[in-house]
Amino acid sequence: MLEAVVFYTLAAFILGFGVLVVTARNTVHSVLFLVANFLCVAVVFVMLAAEFLAIIQVLVYAGGIVVLYLFVVMLVNLKRPPEAPLDTRRQSRAGFVLAAVLLAELSAILVYTAGRPAPAPVPGPAVAAGTGNTEAVGMLLYTDYLVPFEVASMLLLVAMVGAIILARKDV
Amino acid sequence: MIETFVVPILKILVLLNAVLVSVTFMTLLERKIIAWVQVRLGPMRVGPHGVLQPIADAVKLLLKEDITPSRADKWVFTLAPIVSMVPALIAFAVIPFDREASFFGYRIPLYIADINVGLLYIVSITSIGIYGIILAGYASNSKFPLLAGLRASAQLVSYEIAVTMMLVSLVVNAGTLSMVGIVEAQLQQGVWYAFLQPVAFVVLFIGGLAETNRAPFDLPEAEQELTGGFHTEYSGMRFALFFLAEYANMIVVSAVATTLFLGGWLRPFPGVEALWLLDYVPGWLWFFLKTFAFIYIFMWIRATLPRYRYDQLMRLGWKVLIPLGIVNLVITATLKVLL
Repeated sequence: MLEAVVFYTLAAFILGFGVLVVTARNTVHSVLFLVANFLCVAVVFVMLAAEFLAIIQVLVYAGGIVVLYLFVVMLVNLKRPPEAPLDTRRQSRAGFVLAAVLLAELSAILVYTAGRPAPAPVPGPAVAAGTGNTEAVGMLLYTDYLVPFEVASMLLLVAMVGAIILARKDV
Repeated sequence: MIETFVVPILKILVLLNAVLVSVTFMTLLERKIIAWVQVRLGPMRVGPHGVLQPIADAVKLLLKEDITPSRADKWVFTLAPIVSMVPALIAFAVIPFDREASFFGYRIPLYIADINVGLLYIVSITSIGIYGIILAGYASNSKFPLLAGLRASAQLVSYEIAVTMMLVSLVVNAGTLSMVGIVEAQLQQGVWYAFLQPVAFVVLFIGGLAETNRAPFDLPEAEQELTGGFHTEYSGMRFALFFLAEYANMIVVSAVATTLFLGGWLRPFPGVEALWLLDYVPGWLWFFLKTFAFIYIFMWIRATLPRYRYDQLMRLGWKVLIPLGIVNLVITATLKVLL
């Protein structure tokens, strides 16, 4: 009961902050709402007893990536209006069509699943009892998911090398 | 009921008050230490040898007019001092002061929480504290705070990498992320990690100076170039909050360094039986002594060293400390596997 109340309150906050991120007029405000959103998601992770993920969420997203966003937003002058006025009419029409498609999809899912029993939860990979979830995440990353993990780190390395090459004046 | 609610709430209240009071008196301590280094007397007027000076300062700051610049971003301007203060206070939640102590027959552990990701918690909380300075710089709508905010964010992000790298080598040694667990690992291995990981210890100390914006890394508030730095436009209690946050962060860094590298509540040389006499000193006293030594060194350094130039600061962070961190991590991991 209590868990449900906390979860729905959090969900409302997450969605509310998400909406504010896209509607805020000031770019810095919208970045701040993004931080609030990430912090609420971290609380959801704590509720799911995944403390490690929660902390990483705060450390990497709220504390690392968004600081860089803020850095860029403050360096670039965003108050200047765009040169060509956007065709807002066509945009809003396209948006309306996309929203209608999404609504149709979601209601189709709702109609399809109504009255059916919930599917059995997919059994996760076995984790030795008595280990914290930091060890569990580490074990999985370096055994079952080793290849995706290494591919992802290669991708980051390539991005890093690319950024350095772009930033250098004479290669 | 008492175990789950009353005791933790009491602990939190006591801890918060202790931190805020010691932060207030640290301002006096710093002024006195710098005065002695410079062969002056320091504050002498309020109370004997100026001991009541912090109270006079607090009253003055509370009574001052609280000005918000007319073109400032009002919400963010108000939010910034709060964002810099709160992380400094909640970081204390996982710092263990002692194993446990007995009050009226209850045996109570002298820490608020022992979570199994304690060290990561501290790293992530301090990374949130950066926002206070960046937002203060942005919201003031004034060029000096903005420059200071940009400097601060670049500085903190760079030094965070080096510090985190060193913490990883420490965790390889300890085999746990829990703060209590790290102290116990030092007890088991019978040595303070300052001796086992001297490079990590030094880099963490340098990074701690940089992350608390203390001299010689106090570029975000370099008076000569940026008038007052990120808090130029602040006045009254909001200005005071930034200062309190800086001092609270100093305590956090000192306490974390004590826990990780100087064995927390352990006595010196925990592995040497011959020094059993030292066991009669309670653990929390060792903890406070070590933390105080760190705080003293922080102030001593401020009185001694000139400020870095900005390019020197960046070169030190990226070209010295981070490579050092990588090398240290590789060596630690190799030794751990081989031995």
